[in-house]
Amino acid sequence: MKYRKIFTLLAGAAVAVVANISSSLAEKLVIATWDGYTPKDMVEKFKAATGIDLELTVHATNEEIMGKVTASGGEGYDIIFVSSPFAEALNKLELLAPINHAKIPNFANLYPEASLLQHDPGNTYSVPYTWGTTGLCYRSDVLKAEPNSWNDLLNPAEDLKGKITMLATDRWLMSAGFLANGLSVNTADQASLDTVRDQLVATKKSLLAYDDTTFYSKLVSGEATLVHAWDGWCNYGTAENAAIKYVIPKEGSDLWVDTLVIPKAAKNLDAAHKFIDFILNAENGKWVVENIMYKVPNKAAMETVDKAMLAAYPNIAIPPADLLKYEQLRDLGDGMKAFSKTVSEIMAAK
Amino acid sequence: MSSRFAAWLLMAPGLLWLGILMVVPCLLVFALAFFERGTYGGVDWSIFTLENFRRAGDPLYLSILLDSARIAAVSTLLALLIGYPAAYAIMRAPERWQTSLLFLAILPFWTNYLIRTYAWIVLLNPVGLINTVLIHLGLISGPLSILYNEFAVILGLVYSYTPFVILAIYSSLQRLDPSYAEASRDLGAGAIITFIRITLPLTAAGVAAGAVFVFVLSIGNFVTPDLLGGGKLQMIGNLIYDQFLTARDWPFGATLAGLLIAVMMALLMLQAVAANRARGDNGKIA
Repeated sequence: MKYRKIFTLLAGAAVAVVANISSSLAEKLVIATWDGYTPKDMVEKFKAATGIDLELTVHATNEEIMGKVTASGGEGYDIIFVSSPFAEALNKLELLAPINHAKIPNFANLYPEASLLQHDPGNTYSVPYTWGTTGLCYRSDVLKAEPNSWNDLLNPAEDLKGKITMLATDRWLMSAGFLANGLSVNTADQASLDTVRDQLVATKKSLLAYDDTTFYSKLVSGEATLVHAWDGWCNYGTAENAAIKYVIPKEGSDLWVDTLVIPKAAKNLDAAHKFIDFILNAENGKWVVENIMYKVPNKAAMETVDKAMLAAYPNIAIPPADLLKYEQLRDLGDGMKAFSKTVSEIMAAK
Repeated sequence: MSSRFAAWLLMAPGLLWLGILMVVPCLLVFALAFFERGTYGGVDWSIFTLENFRRAGDPLYLSILLDSARIAAVSTLLALLIGYPAAYAIMRAPERWQTSLLFLAILPFWTNYLIRTYAWIVLLNPVGLINTVLIHLGLISGPLSILYNEFAVILGLVYSYTPFVILAIYSSLQRLDPSYAEASRDLGAGAIITFIRITLPLTAAGVAAGAVFVFVLSIGNFVTPDLLGGGKLQMIGNLIYDQFLTARDWPFGATLAGLLIAVMMALLMLQAVAANRARGDNGKIA
C-alpha cells in the first residue's frame, strides 16, 4: 500500500514535469528591461495580439545586465533593453543578432533621425526606444540667475557650494568636464583626461554628493539647488515643483539613446521581432512619454502627446533634429583603462 | 565506525557547500586576474599576464586600500568602545532580562540593510530630522554637514556592525568564571585594575572575534560609502564594484578582489591564532 502511494506521487510529479516542458515549448520571450520601463499591461496586450507569452526580468543598471549577458553569452534572453554604448559593445563582442526591418513594419512610426544614430546608422543591430539629453536641473525660485554653462556647475557660485550634485556614472560625470572644455564626450587621451580630472577634483569640494538616482528629490526637498541631470529625470522634479527647470548648457550635451537589442543566442528570433514591432506602436510610445517622461524617437507617438504636457515639460518637445546635433557616448574600447583610472583618481581625491 | 570517520561524514555536507558555492567560484574569479580585459569588456583569454598585479601596486589603488583600512579600523575601534560596555551591561543585568536585551541588540538585523542605511539619510540630511530640530531649538544657525562625508560612513558602519561585537563579547564574558574577578577583588585590586588585569585579558578572544568581524565587513563594504558618503568616498569595495561593472575590467577587478581576500584571510588567521593562545592562557590560570 505504502509503495503504491509513493508510486502515485511519483507518477503525478512526472506528469507535472512533462506538462511544464510542453508549456515551455509554447512561444515565450524573455525580456530584460528596467523596472517600470514598459507599460504595465504590456504582457497581456502582447499575448492578446500575438499569442506569445512574455517574461520580464529587470535590471537596475546597464552595467548589471551587461555583466549578465557577457557572462552567459546572451543565453537566456530574447530582448534586452540597454543604452547605446552598451549595445555597441555587445555588438562588437558579436553577441547580437541583426535586426530584420522587413519583420518590423512599425519602423515607419520612427522619425527619419532615428536611423541616423552615430552608434548604429540604419539600425542594423539596435532599435531606439527613448532618447534625450543631459544637462542642468535647478530650482528657478532659489537660483538668482538661470544657469547656462557647464561652468555654472563645475565652478559654482559661493552660495551654491554644498548645494550641487553631479551624476555618479563615470561616462556622464566626465562628459560634464569634457563639454565645459569643448572636448568630445568620447575623449580618452591622457592630457585631456588629466585636465578634466583636475577640474572635477576641484568641483568635488563643492559637491553635496554624486547622485544618479535621487538628485531630483534633493531639489524638491531643498537639499540641492543645481544638479547634473538627465532631462527625463529632471521632469520628475518638475512634476512635484513647477519651479524646477531644465536647461541644456550652451556648450552642449550628449545624446543618450536607450535601445532594444536581440542577442544572437535568442531562442525565438521571429517572436523577438514581433515584440519590437509591437513596442514601436504609437500607443506604447505615448505611454512612455506620459509615464516615464522621456522623449521617444517615435513620431507617431510624439504626435499624440497632449500639448499641455509639452508646455509643462519643455524638454520633451526638443525636436529630433536638435538632438542629433549632440554627440552620443560611444564605447571607448581600449581607452577604457586610462579613462577608468582617471575616474578612480577623482573618486579617491579628498 | 571510528569517531574520526563519523566526524568527517557529519562535516561533509557543510564542506561540500563551502567548496562548491564559495571556494570554487572564488578561485574561478581569481583565475581572471591573470588575463587581460578584452577591448570591449569581457576577458581576453589569449594572453597570460601578471600586468594586473603591477597595476594594483599603483600608489592610487594602494592609497584607496589604505584609506579603506583606516576607515574600517576607526569603525572597529568605535564599535568595540560601544559594544564592550553594552555586552558587559547585558551580562550584569538580571538573568531574566538578558535574553530580551540581547534580542534588542540584534533586532535591527530584522530590517533590510539598505532600508536601515536610508533611514540615516532621512535623519542626517541638511533638511533632515536632526538638523531641523537643532535649528528650531536655536542650537545651530545653519545645517550641520553630517551626511555625505566620512563621518556619516563611519557612523553607518559602526551602527550596522556593533551588534556583532556585542554578541561576541557577551558570549566570552558569559564563559568567564566570576570567581576570578572575586579573587582579584579579595586580594585588594580595585574594580578598574580587576577589569584591566583579569576581565579584559580573559575576554580578549571575544574582543578579537568581534573586531575582525567589524573590520572585515567594513573594509569590503561598498553600499554605505555610496549612500552615506554620497559617492564622494571611494573604498576598496567601490573600486572592485566599479571595475567589474562600470569599467567592465573583470581581470583587474578580480586582482583587487583577490588582494582584499588575502588581507581578510590574514586577519582571520591572526584572530584564530589569538583565540587559540587565549584558550591556552585560560588553562594556565585555571
